[in-house]
Amino acid sequence: MTTMTTMTGTTAHDALPPARISLRRTVRHSLTLAWRNIAQLRHSPEKLIDVTLMPLVFLVLFLYVFGGAVAGSTHAYLQQLLPGLVAQMAMFATMGLGTALSEDIRKGVFDRFRSLPIARSAPLIGTVVGDTVRFLTVVVVLSVAGTALGFRFGSDPLRVLAGFALAYVFYLAFSWISVMVGLIAPSPETVQGLAFMFVMPLTFGSSVFVANTSTMPGWLETWTKMNPVSHLTDALRALLVGGPVGNHVWITLAWAVGIVTVTFPIAMRMYARRA
Amino acid sequence: MSQVIRAEGLRKRFGETRALDGVDLAVEEGTVLGVLGPNGAGKTTAVRVLATLAKPDEGRAEICGYDVMRDATRVRALIGLTGQYASLDEELTGRENLVMIGRLLDLPRAEARARAAGLLERFRLSDAAGRAVKTYSGGMRRRLDIAASMINRPRVVFLDEPTTGLDPRARGEVWDTVREMALDGATVLLTTQYLEEADALADRIAVFDHGRVIEDGTPAELKARAGRQTLVVRAAEVFRTEQLAAIVAELTGERPEVRLDAGLVTAPVTDPGVLRAVVQRLDEAGLVAAEVALRLPSLDEVFLSLTGHAADAAGSAAEEQLEGSVR
Repeated sequence: MTTMTTMTGTTAHDALPPARISLRRTVRHSLTLAWRNIAQLRHSPEKLIDVTLMPLVFLVLFLYVFGGAVAGSTHAYLQQLLPGLVAQMAMFATMGLGTALSEDIRKGVFDRFRSLPIARSAPLIGTVVGDTVRFLTVVVVLSVAGTALGFRFGSDPLRVLAGFALAYVFYLAFSWISVMVGLIAPSPETVQGLAFMFVMPLTFGSSVFVANTSTMPGWLETWTKMNPVSHLTDALRALLVGGPVGNHVWITLAWAVGIVTVTFPIAMRMYARRA
Repeated sequence: MSQVIRAEGLRKRFGETRALDGVDLAVEEGTVLGVLGPNGAGKTTAVRVLATLAKPDEGRAEICGYDVMRDATRVRALIGLTGQYASLDEELTGRENLVMIGRLLDLPRAEARARAAGLLERFRLSDAAGRAVKTYSGGMRRRLDIAASMINRPRVVFLDEPTTGLDPRARGEVWDTVREMALDGATVLLTTQYLEEADALADRIAVFDHGRVIEDGTPAELKARAGRQTLVVRAAEVFRTEQLAAIVAELTGERPEVRLDAGLVTAPVTDPGVLRAVVQRLDEAGLVAAEVALRLPSLDEVFLSLTGHAADAAGSAAEEQLEGSVR
């Protein structure tokens, strides 16, 4: 290693990082990369148009088309529908993630990241965390528009906050499905179609639109009862409006952990292979 | 002097294609190595292996004594990489791109901003610093991409075809940049398809063909082995072409090739000093030349004389495709 010492002496160079990257640095790098997503949105806020308009369209359409038939009145239905839409729209909001990742890989941006001394996972974690803005947009749009149409939150603001926090945790976990799809799909154009295959049955085959699932055929009811989106929806109804929470919160959290445990390693593997 | 880039017996296949078929490289500190070869010769794959982006099937490589596979993180801290395609975030501004990379390199915020500003200044991008990269011209993108690979003040810089697709002015700017890097003491490995470029920038040239280094030497050695240069003279007044041809024939002692319609006279030369003599004689004869130049042999001619076959790009499409999708 004598050569090394002479070489270090000849050029000014910052201290070499250790061979392994600490968790603290990975967290910091991930936050820097999350900032990248937010900076992108600052330059082109029109990217938030889907998470702004889609909740509005769904809210108005479903409320007035189904309200009277499902719950007797639109007002009564709104109290059921809005928590469900928070769950569904949060799932929808993750779908842009896969497309963005696929674009990044195609354009070579990830090659740059991979040539830097940062953890492999940092760009993926950063992208997921940076997308928090999309989740927040969904929550704000639905809360404001829902209130304007007559939705009344429950009286305990802490419970309401806990509800949104639960939705956020599940949103983060579900994001990894979108990341995985983005890495599996051969091109950015195919990501959307693949992501829909996960999102549609999960959000429509659930208690999002109807709190009472007993009129469904047996197989669908079974699926709906297992579906984590149903548990999230039921938990949100209890936390945002009122009523007993049951064990829906715990089941939702368990699903969140389960989803990340399965999808994160697959996503990392695909990423190492693709990028 | 020490070797800061070392590769021994690198092999890598993509399916049937042998992208690297036993590559050895050694680059002395502070020098510029030009890796010359046609599309599909394995240049990009070699860069990707040395820059820790791809794993070789066989062989080993070291940057400043660190193994590119076992010590990838340390190698990444020592290198700067500019790929064939600008790998920048198009939606961010030039400044934001550089600051982000500085932060990823653990620079404090103020230091990241200062280095970004310095590099933008140096690469004449200060005026465009606040604009989104997608509004940049090809040359500006490439300069920003190179600036991005300089933020960590790398000891070793990899430039993969840094001038491909650039107009002559932008190319000249990239050349200046490479020369500055070398003056700063960085070791540079650049790949190119142009002998002219390797000749202008490199201390040594390694010629790649079918995943192997088929020739290695200084530009002068290579040119000597690769065959003679060509004298090109074009008459401003086409009707005097034959008079011009006679002068060229006399000075080179060769039968020049003449194209009367274009006023173009070309002849192989061994002594570059002939250029001065030609200019002087034209002057005496009152002949005005629209163009007088000595041309280096093209990559095709180099290949023909080194390998006996033309620089064939067959199979290159396959490799490029693979490199684009798989690592």
